Amino acid sequence: MTNLLQVAIDALALGSIYALTALGIGLIFGVMRLINFAHGDFIMIGGYALIVPSWAATATLFIGTWPAPLLVAAVSLVVVLLALASERLAFRPVRSAAPSVLLITSFALSYFLENAVIMVYGGRAKAVNLWPGLMEPILLAGVRIPKLQILTIAVTLVLLVFLVVFLKRTPIGVAMRAASEDFRMARLLGVRANRVIAVAFAVSGVLAAVVSLLLVAQTGVLSFHMGVPLVLFAFVATVVGGMGSLAGAVLGGFAVGIVSVIFQVILPIDWRPNRDVWVYGMILLVLLLRPTGLVKVKSIEERA
Amino acid sequence: MDSLRPTRIVQAIWTPLVLTVALTSFVAVIAATGDGVLARTVTDALIRMVLVIGLYIFIGNSGVLSFGHIAFTMIGAYATAWFTLPVLRKSIALQLPAFLAESQLPMIPSAIASAALASLVALVVGVPIMRLGGIAASIATLAVLGMFYTFYTNWAAWTMGAATLPGIPIYVNMWVALGWVVVAAFVAFAYQQSRFGLALRASREDEFAARASGINIWAQRLIAFVLSAFFLAIGGVLQAHFLGSIAVKNFWLALTFVSVAMLIVGGQGSLTGAVTGTAVVSIIVEVLRQFEVGIDFRGTLIQVPLGTRELGIALVMLLILIFRPRGITMGREIQWPFHSRQPLTERPPRDAHVSPISSLD
Repeated sequence: MTNLLQVAIDALALGSIYALTALGIGLIFGVMRLINFAHGDFIMIGGYALIVPSWAATATLFIGTWPAPLLVAAVSLVVVLLALASERLAFRPVRSAAPSVLLITSFALSYFLENAVIMVYGGRAKAVNLWPGLMEPILLAGVRIPKLQILTIAVTLVLLVFLVVFLKRTPIGVAMRAASEDFRMARLLGVRANRVIAVAFAVSGVLAAVVSLLLVAQTGVLSFHMGVPLVLFAFVATVVGGMGSLAGAVLGGFAVGIVSVIFQVILPIDWRPNRDVWVYGMILLVLLLRPTGLVKVKSIEERA
Repeated sequence: MDSLRPTRIVQAIWTPLVLTVALTSFVAVIAATGDGVLARTVTDALIRMVLVIGLYIFIGNSGVLSFGHIAFTMIGAYATAWFTLPVLRKSIALQLPAFLAESQLPMIPSAIASAALASLVALVVGVPIMRLGGIAASIATLAVLGMFYTFYTNWAAWTMGAATLPGIPIYVNMWVALGWVVVAAFVAFAYQQSRFGLALRASREDEFAARASGINIWAQRLIAFVLSAFFLAIGGVLQAHFLGSIAVKNFWLALTFVSVAMLIVGGQGSLTGAVTGTAVVSIIVEVLRQFEVGIDFRGTLIQVPLGTRELGIALVMLLILIFRPRGITMGREIQWPFHSRQPLTERPPRDAHVSPISSLD
C-alpha cells in the first residue's frame, strides 16, 4: 500500500513536469499552429541563466544564489525575454506560412540556441546545486517523499488554476481562446494578433522557466541538450492528448508521466533502461486506436 | 513508336540525367586534383545527398515533414555491420545469433539486405503513423526516432550500446557514393513520375480534392515512406563502410536537423532541390569549417570560434525560411530546354482564347 502511494506520487510529479511543458507548447500551437521545438531550449536556457557564463567545468551560481522569489522572477524574466525575441525575430516573419514551415523554423531556432549555448558555456554538462534542502524527504503516511515532488505537484496545480482563471476571466485570456478557435474571425472582431501571440509566448516562457527550475533542482545537472527528452515527451503528450486542446495537453502530459512510471515499476530490471522504448511504443499504439488523440478538437482538422 | 525515340527518352529522364552529368563531372574534377582530404569531404557530402534524396521521396512528395528518418539510417548502418563484420571480430564485440555470427555477406547484397530491413521496419511503424494528420505524423516520426535511439543505445549485445562499433570493412569512396546518388536520383524521379508519386503529390496539394478523386492517402504515403526508408538506410550503409566505425549517438537530432535543413534550403518540392540543397549547405559548412581551422590571408590568420559552423547552418536555414520559404529551387525541376524547336503547328493558336478582359492589359 505504501509502495503504491510512492509510485502514485512519482507518477504525478513526473506527469506534472510533462504537463507543464506540453501546456507551454500547446498554448502557442493554439494561437498560431506552431509546434515549438525550441521550447526545450527555453527550458535549458532558464537553467543556464542561474550560473555565470564561462567555459569552466564547475559552474558558479550567480542568479542561483539569490533568494527564491527574486530568483524565480529573474529566471522567468530571462526566459520570457528570450521567448518574445524568438517570436519577433524568427517566428513572426514566417507566421503566415504552412504549419510544417513553422515547425522546421522552430527546429532551426532550437539548433541555433543549443549551439549558441555551447559557444558561451562549453559543451560539457555542469553540476549545479540549486535548493539542496528540497531533496530532503518528509514522512507522509509512512512513506518518505522528497519535498521537491510535493512542491512540483503543488506548483503545477497552482499554475493550472491560474491559467484557467487567466484564460476564462481576463480580456486577453478570452482573446487568446478566441484566437485559437478561429484566428481570422477573432482578428475581424478586433483581437490584435501581435498582442495575443506575444502574450502566448510570454506565458509559455513563464511555464518553461518554472519547468527549468524544477528540473535543475531535481537533476542538479545543466547540459545543452537537457530540454530535448522533455520536449520530445511533451510533443508526444500533445498528440496523445489531442492537438489544439489545452486540457488535452495537460491530460496527455500526465498520461505520459504515469505510463513512464508504471513501466519503470513493472518492467524487469534488465529491461528498465529501455523504458522509453515502451513508452513510445505505447504512444504509437494509442495513436493507432485513436488517431485524433484523447480530446478531439474540431477546429484543428487540417485544411489545405 | 513515338515514345521510344531517343530524344523522347532523354526528355523523359532529363532532370536526373542533368544532375548525374553535373555531379559526375564534378567528382571527376575532384578526382583529377588527387587531393585526398577534399575527396573525403566530397564523399561525405555525396553520402548526405543519398540521405536527402531519400528524405525527399517522402517529405517532398507527401508534404509531411518527418523527423524520424534517421532511425532508418541507423538501422541500415548497424544491419550492414552485422552482415559484413569479419566473423572473428563479431564474436569478440557482439553476441549475435548463429546465422549472423557465423556468416559474412558480400558488400552489395549486404547493402540491399540492410536497406530492405529498414524498409520493413518503416512498413510496420508506418501503418499507424500514416493514419495521422500532417503535424501529428511529424511528431509521431520523432517518437519513432526516440524509440529506436533509446533501444539501440541499450541493446549492447547487438550494437555495443553507447560505445563505438569499430572494424567495419571500408570500401566506400567518391565513386561508390556517386553511384548510389545516381541510383537514388533515378528511382526518386521514376517514383515521382509514376501514378503513385502523382497521387501522393496530388494529396500534398489538396488533401480533400485528392480524397474526393479516390486517392487512398494512407496507402500512398505508406508507399513513399517505405521507399524513402530504403535510401535512408543505404545512406547509413555507406556511412558505415566509409568511416569503418559507427556509434548510436551519431544518428540523433544533429544529423536529423542537418539532413532536413539541406532539403528545405534546396526546396523540398523537387528532386533538383534535394540535390542543390545538399550541395549548397555542404559548401557553406566546408567554408565555415576552413574558417574555424583558420585561413591564412596575406600573413594574418583569420579564424572564427568553434561552433560557428553549426550557428551558420541554423542561420542560413532561418534566413531561407524567412525570405524564400520554398527553398532555392522553389520546388522546380530542371526543365527540358528545347520546347521551342517543336513545329509551330503543334501549338494551339495563340489568339484563340483571348478574352476581352485579358486583352485590355
